[in-house]
Amino acid sequence: MTTTGLTLDQIAWRLAQELEPDWVVNVGIGMPLAVVPFVDPAKDIIFHSENGIIGMGPELEGTGVVDNDLLSAGKRPVSLIPGGSFVHHADSFALARGGRLDAAILGAYQVASNGDLANWKLPGARTGSIGGAMDIAIGARRVLAIMTHKTRDGEPKLVERLTYPPTALGVVTKVFTDLGVIAIREGRFILEEVAPGVEVGEVSAATGAELCTEKTCIMSLPR
Amino acid sequence: MKPKRKTSAQEAVERMHDDAVVFIGGFGRGGVPENLIEAVCQKRLRGLTIVSNNAGTSSTGIARLLEEGCVRKVVCSFPLAKESVVFKGLYNKGLVDLEVVPQGTMAERIRAGGAGLGGVLTPTGVGTDIAEGKQVIELDGRNYLLERAMRADFALVKAHKVDPMGNLVYRKAARNFNPIMAMAADWVMVEATTEVGVGDLDPEAIVTPGVYVDAYVAAIASAGQSMETAA
Repeated sequence: MTTTGLTLDQIAWRLAQELEPDWVVNVGIGMPLAVVPFVDPAKDIIFHSENGIIGMGPELEGTGVVDNDLLSAGKRPVSLIPGGSFVHHADSFALARGGRLDAAILGAYQVASNGDLANWKLPGARTGSIGGAMDIAIGARRVLAIMTHKTRDGEPKLVERLTYPPTALGVVTKVFTDLGVIAIREGRFILEEVAPGVEVGEVSAATGAELCTEKTCIMSLPR
Repeated sequence: MKPKRKTSAQEAVERMHDDAVVFIGGFGRGGVPENLIEAVCQKRLRGLTIVSNNAGTSSTGIARLLEEGCVRKVVCSFPLAKESVVFKGLYNKGLVDLEVVPQGTMAERIRAGGAGLGGVLTPTGVGTDIAEGKQVIELDGRNYLLERAMRADFALVKAHKVDPMGNLVYRKAARNFNPIMAMAADWVMVEATTEVGVGDLDPEAIVTPGVYVDAYVAAIASAGQSMETAA
């Protein structure tokens, strides 16, 4: 980790700005969950949860009673928005693969400059948990990855070619990290925004592939 | 009318036997037929292949079956949840086999099984470990994996309401895999929270028609409550 850069909440806030009004969005478990509280309710985003919830509302906290029949994919108690609905699992994934997701927000171990995503299994591990990630990653129109720019050991997570087992090929459209916003276009990483206080050169050095920085601007954060 | 109502979970699972393939509904703790699972544990079955989304939560659901030594193999999408402690223990000792399937692929293979299809073509998993040994078919410039349909000898299903014909409605996200599993098994057993009379369920709202259901048990309060007080 670099000493400068965004906090998780700041990365989550920035990603939340990316979502457009009336989009249908799937949110993965882990880091992606941090994004939801920053989404402006006026955008009327419809959140899809893989376990068959269309129109998932915010997580419920401290109500004292847990309804096991209304949990998020991360198994946490949630609400349903007025007008929300339930479908069975085959229909829930038909929605994802069938092109109805405007975006999916997924965590990642690695993202390659050709858009390949790795987020289910560590190299050399006997197995891992796929859950809905493979279906959602190939189905969503945009895959927005949220992750730290480097591993705990300081290795780049944005790489030229994956060294981790892939989840889906050529799917990631944008990556949001503690150092900036990186778009993937025509097999290249493009640094669209750099975190305030971070040098562009620092981002290049922390990236394991060529990084285009011609049109990089400094990210503006809320005061 | 063929009698489907059973007086106990034990009676409902009477026909189950060793070495069977068993679908079990549920996602996390939602829609898990806990009472039927408990009855299978008491029956001390062995060599079961369990198809379900998770590999058990803490010591409930599939974790109970694992703990009781009923399970030879688990087919699921998410085996390594933080709470899947029983499964991880057995898997690390090599005492249970595992097949990991992408969640949507699992759902669609089961749907295909229930619909009399041989399999499905899905873009999910192309270029990943999941594609190993599977046929890749190109259609209109896009690659798909040929995934075989999946059926089971038995299905254990959790529903909200049941009527004497076996018609089912579900509650919220407890629906999950239950309706498609009910369509793709040779013998389908249901645990419902409430029983209602014939004609009491709105025909437009019935999710699983009773023709798919072979046996049901209703209104058991001991386990599998959908509402619980947070610790």
